[in-house]
Amino acid sequence: MFSPLRAAFIGCITSIGLSATLAGIAHAQDKPVLTVYTYDSFVTDWGPGPQVEKAFEATCDCDLQLINAGDGAALLSRLQLEGARSDADVVLGLDTNLTARAKATGLFAKLSPAPSGLDLPVEWSDDTFAPYDWGYFAFVYDNTKLKDVPGSFKELIEADENLKIVIQDPRSSTPGLGLLMWVQAAYPNKSAHIWESLAPRILTVTKGWSEAYGMFLEGEADMVLSYTTSPAYHIIAEEDHTKSAASFEEGHYMQIEVAGKLAATDQPELADQFLNFMTTDAFQSIIPTTNWMYPAKFPDAGLPEGFEQLITPEDSLIFSDAEVEAIREDALAEWLTALSQ
Amino acid sequence: MTITFDKLRLTQGEFTLSADLEIEEGHKIALLGPSGGGKSTLLSALAGFKTPETGRILWRGEDITGTHPAQRPVTLLFQDHNLFPHLSVAQNIGLGLRPDLRLSEAEHTTVERALARVGLEAQGAKRPAELSGGQQQRVAIARALLRDKPVLMLDEPFAALGPALKLEMLELVAEITEAARATLLMVTHQPEDAIHISDQTLLIAEGEAHPPVDTKTLMANPPEVLQRYLGRPPS
Amino acid sequence: MADRAQPVVPGRKGLLSRPSLFKTLAGSAALLVVLLLTIGTVVAVASQATAGRGFTLADWAAIRFTVIQALLSATLSVALAIPTARALARRRFWGRQVMVALLGAPFILPAIVAVLGIVSIWGRSGLISGGLTALGLAPLNIYGFSGVVLAHVFFNLPLATRLILQGWMTIPAEHFRLAAELGFTSRDVNRQLERPMLRAAVPGAFLLVFLLCLTSFAVALSLGGGPRATTIELAIYQALRFDFDLSKAALLSILQFALCTATAGATLALAKPTAFSIGLDHPPARWDGTEPGTRVFDTVLLLTVALFLFAPLGSVVLRGLPPMFSLPPQIWPALLNSLLITIPAALLATVLALALAALITDMARRSKAAALLEAIGFLALAASPFVIGTGLFVLLNPVIDPFKLALPITIAVNATMSLPFALRILLPALQRAEDHYGRLGASLGMTGLTLFRIAIWPRIKRAAGFAAGLSAALSMGDLGVIALFAPPDFATLPLTMYRLMAAYQMEAAAGAALLLVGTSLALFWAFDRGGRLDHHIR
Repeated sequence: MFSPLRAAFIGCITSIGLSATLAGIAHAQDKPVLTVYTYDSFVTDWGPGPQVEKAFEATCDCDLQLINAGDGAALLSRLQLEGARSDADVVLGLDTNLTARAKATGLFAKLSPAPSGLDLPVEWSDDTFAPYDWGYFAFVYDNTKLKDVPGSFKELIEADENLKIVIQDPRSSTPGLGLLMWVQAAYPNKSAHIWESLAPRILTVTKGWSEAYGMFLEGEADMVLSYTTSPAYHIIAEEDHTKSAASFEEGHYMQIEVAGKLAATDQPELADQFLNFMTTDAFQSIIPTTNWMYPAKFPDAGLPEGFEQLITPEDSLIFSDAEVEAIREDALAEWLTALSQ
Repeated sequence: MTITFDKLRLTQGEFTLSADLEIEEGHKIALLGPSGGGKSTLLSALAGFKTPETGRILWRGEDITGTHPAQRPVTLLFQDHNLFPHLSVAQNIGLGLRPDLRLSEAEHTTVERALARVGLEAQGAKRPAELSGGQQQRVAIARALLRDKPVLMLDEPFAALGPALKLEMLELVAEITEAARATLLMVTHQPEDAIHISDQTLLIAEGEAHPPVDTKTLMANPPEVLQRYLGRPPS
Repeated sequence: MADRAQPVVPGRKGLLSRPSLFKTLAGSAALLVVLLLTIGTVVAVASQATAGRGFTLADWAAIRFTVIQALLSATLSVALAIPTARALARRRFWGRQVMVALLGAPFILPAIVAVLGIVSIWGRSGLISGGLTALGLAPLNIYGFSGVVLAHVFFNLPLATRLILQGWMTIPAEHFRLAAELGFTSRDVNRQLERPMLRAAVPGAFLLVFLLCLTSFAVALSLGGGPRATTIELAIYQALRFDFDLSKAALLSILQFALCTATAGATLALAKPTAFSIGLDHPPARWDGTEPGTRVFDTVLLLTVALFLFAPLGSVVLRGLPPMFSLPPQIWPALLNSLLITIPAALLATVLALALAALITDMARRSKAAALLEAIGFLALAASPFVIGTGLFVLLNPVIDPFKLALPITIAVNATMSLPFALRILLPALQRAEDHYGRLGASLGMTGLTLFRIAIWPRIKRAAGFAAGLSAALSMGDLGVIALFAPPDFATLPLTMYRLMAAYQMEAAAGAALLLVGTSLALFWAFDRGGRLDHHIR
């Protein structure tokens, strides 16, 4: 007599066994293990992780373990909770919005040597964190549908009342926080006014990038907050040329993603080796078409075909990590007030 | 003034019952036959709870095969579940007058009288669970009394009662139906009941309902199928 | 034999004079799991906190918004669910079974999929706006409070309908037969039978929906049109992520638990158990509701509800169908992992709920202790996944690498998250079974497991199947803590779907979403059906 409940029960026992086995599998290799904490989309099959792991292991005679430890602030929180006991040797995936707080924890060691020869549009002089990629925040639109493309925040504010944008919440999303800083950087003394004027253009605010981008692709909004490099995905992976990023006169705020070495690492040399590897061709050539960002040091072969079609902002806006730390709370309060009316 | 089962065929799973007969009104008729023979099925069909596969049911010449149970001229007392356990005894009886229980003063008095008629004075406020099995069925009888339908059908409502109590109940029912000049149809598998209370007996056995005949005549000279049921050797 | 109604007068103790040792142990173990994952994790988070800043004006605004939208969403969902369940209970029509089964679907949609589905119908570029603009009218704008409520009704109306429909099934068929015999109109059936049933079933359904809306985050924000739609859950997320203010996160969590307990107390006090007798499991044929007015009403209502619920689902299916045939290969191991988590989680949820329900049933009915246990059963619904994740991490990390326990942790958390639903479904069924058959069984000399196996389990099997099915569907679609604890090379179906989205692969993600919904429904169906097999109980 077949009973689904009974079958399910047997399945249950089996899987408990399986999970026990899974937990029991130790990494019984003699090779030294380098543990890198990073964010989820880095380690997935569609992210840079698998290729990076293969490329680094080919040079280091070690076992590179990329661990998904949450994104952005969650990654940092995790490290703070683990403290000096952490298994992590390297953390990859913080950005300049977080590095000040990361340094304040005292968990990170100074870099040796500091990275050089970077292809960043801004000066890089951090002695604790090394960048591995960067990008510009931008509003992405469908060039077959949107004709009067706003060329600045001012034009966006004055655009047709039916033009709607969808943005992300700075409290839960990296691009959301980026836009907050972008407005601060472009209009240091008028940011509150800008947000109030922008409010009618904002269709809605989402928790994360995926919701916003999905709604944009559905045609729900005319523009979505994303990166100047987003159209590269559509061009290269889908041969779809209908998505463009709007170039804003005020300049574009940047995101610079960085990695750093933990002071408590038990593999200091290997960690240095990885951080140096990070700015080599082998690593950097993986970035553009997996993370869809600009590599921190352009590969010798140049950027993949399709990237030349992207807009290149004339002014790159970015706050130092200390500045971010100083203004982000007030900026958020301002944003909340302006958009809650 | 008849109830007609016109070439009626009722099926329930494997079981089939056919009935092609007429019932004269005003009689007290026992439905006699073995368990599972189809007695309840026939009553259910007359009450409107079972749709026949083929055939018709006529009431005084009028086709009532598709009529809603409440519109039929019958009251059916079940073996159990005759009362709503979450309503009081008086409310359960009151349902026979007005299903929305918005009773007038006069109607409340009628309910009290019906209670008294079945010997349950001043028990109206109780819940069915506080009554004995026999008392519960008295409540159902009281309600049947108020509904005042031309046909009262009993689907063994007293089966769980002791012999003396059962007899008492049957007599109460007989008294009530006589006073109301109603027709009584009662399921039983005990010939004594049939003899005691009914003047006609309708034999149901082996998937067939036979036309009602005089009870005394039947018992005096039982046909073969009845003999088999009664367990008497053919004489 | 005749099975006469033997209702136990509420207020009296159950069948046994006091809970047996086994029931006490099992019930306490279940209780412990719930308390550990809810209060325990909050305490763990709080233990790591440095001096926090307390509530700001924005937090109070979030609290107010959360409570108001949850109250309104729950009221609307339940108000619509009552006539819908009634129509489903008294009508027999082609496709009824399918409709009842699909009622499980909106509820299990991952937030992001549901938002896109709703937007495709109600959005600026949606079907309705398309029609309006074609007529020269202005498109709809749902973003704001109405969007939040619309989405929550879309999610919860079907759940409430299923729960209340379950209540309809507790009215024995014999009662409807008697009602027909006595010439009850639909109004009379409503007054004499349905209202007492609703009095018992509606508060629980309302409570579940209210708590679900209370902890909404992504959906409320996306359709709420801006930070006005900030819920407590978002405030918790902000405290953990933006402010790194653990003490505030813990405070907000405690507030959420307090809201949960208060609402549970209020609604459960309103609930009045019914004294319906137990029928002989005849299929509930119905003779009421034949008035032309009610026919038209039911038909229009069911069509409207079907359209409201199934149009967004249809768009999820339409979007997901083409990429279904070219899904990335990573989908299949993810699907397997999801099943490995979901099936044990569903069974564990059912077992936990049963253990808790047995303990509650054995306590004096409607006593303070029983009410407290019942309320604790709901706590998990008010727990924030972020706090659970962080708290578990704090608790486990000094002892063992939590990543090595990803699977058991996820199973335990998912089971606890489904427990409120399973308990809501199982508790009334178990209480009815104990009241009506426990005594019969005990009189036949059955005790312990024998009593359970022969007298009780067959009566609650159907509810257990429903509970396990709902739990399975819930934990299948739940991103939950696996996102926080996923070891490398380990992904579940929802996680893979989110990863595909993050990698711009929206189409493949739509296919994954459809696979997710399909699998959840299949699991739900299999368990729900499993409760009905080998048994004539309807």
